[in-house]
Amino acid sequence: MPARKGATTGIAPTWNLKNMSSVAENNFLTTKLSELVAWGRKYSMWPMPFGTACCAIEFMGTVASVFDISRFGAELVRFSPRQADLLLVLGTINYKQAPVLKKIYDQMCDPKWVVAVGACATCGGFYDNYSVLQGIDEVIPVDVYVPGCPPRPESILNAIVKLQEKLTREAKGEKIETRLVKSA
Amino acid sequence: MGKVIDRFKSHFAEGILEAHEKLGDETILVMREVLSDLLRFAKEDPELRFDLMMDICGVDYLGQTPRFEVVYHLYSVPKNHRIRIKVRVPEDDCWVPSCLNVWKAADWFERETYDMVGIHFEGHPNLKRVLLFEGFEGHPLRKDYPINKRQKIPEPLENP
Repeated sequence: MPARKGATTGIAPTWNLKNMSSVAENNFLTTKLSELVAWGRKYSMWPMPFGTACCAIEFMGTVASVFDISRFGAELVRFSPRQADLLLVLGTINYKQAPVLKKIYDQMCDPKWVVAVGACATCGGFYDNYSVLQGIDEVIPVDVYVPGCPPRPESILNAIVKLQEKLTREAKGEKIETRLVKSA
Repeated sequence: MGKVIDRFKSHFAEGILEAHEKLGDETILVMREVLSDLLRFAKEDPELRFDLMMDICGVDYLGQTPRFEVVYHLYSVPKNHRIRIKVRVPEDDCWVPSCLNVWKAADWFERETYDMVGIHFEGHPNLKRVLLFEGFEGHPLRKDYPINKRQKIPEPLENP
């Protein structure tokens, strides 16, 4: 067996200041802790779908192989709010369901984000009537709104990218609003 | 007139205000006073045997008196015939007798009619909203329900 230098003798390689700096140049990266945490969070979101209508069908397409949500690190879909940090509201929410949505949001651990997917979740859509909530931001704070009826899977992926951008910008100290409308 | 209407007329001649039939679609308009007996008769009479309560609904004829109408759709499985029974309800005395003791299936139909149109069914043991939530104000299928009215968002239950 050919002897490797250092290994056979049991003596560690000699470190000096000169080769130390070249190691540092090639192998270290300096950042702030908040930015590192945000980087970790944004590529490991665990979504929970709150699907009530056709937008939920689009989400199925988003998760499946053609559009493949795992390219953005958010493929671990959970059906318990306690295990998720990204709430995707996919579909019509009526007044009777509003307290259920609020309760599910409250059960999620911080940090948590909300995406309102589709026309109904963002503003009630064409259900301008006695029974439908005119946008989920009357009940819970929303980070990203996705237009469309229903939106294409690309739009849902775009929402996740937008949310990732938001996390990065927030880690750098920028203040970005989450919208919660207080209804009269 | 069809056989079904004739059969009703032979027993409730004075209680039937109006009857018509077109394309096999038989309809009678009855007085509220005879409704309870008439529905039981429809179920139990051997020639009628209306064993299937298909639907109960309310209609709001805003501007007319009496304002409301309750409509019953019945079907007989053994006889394969149908009847539509209507009864008029005034706004200030807004009730009809419950037919829950005749057909059990009437339970949620009556609750739905109460929920949407606000007609009371006297004798119903559990007449509360079935589709809308508790605390909903008004009856949304009434023609004078404001089109832009928004309800107060209900709070989550603490321990449901």
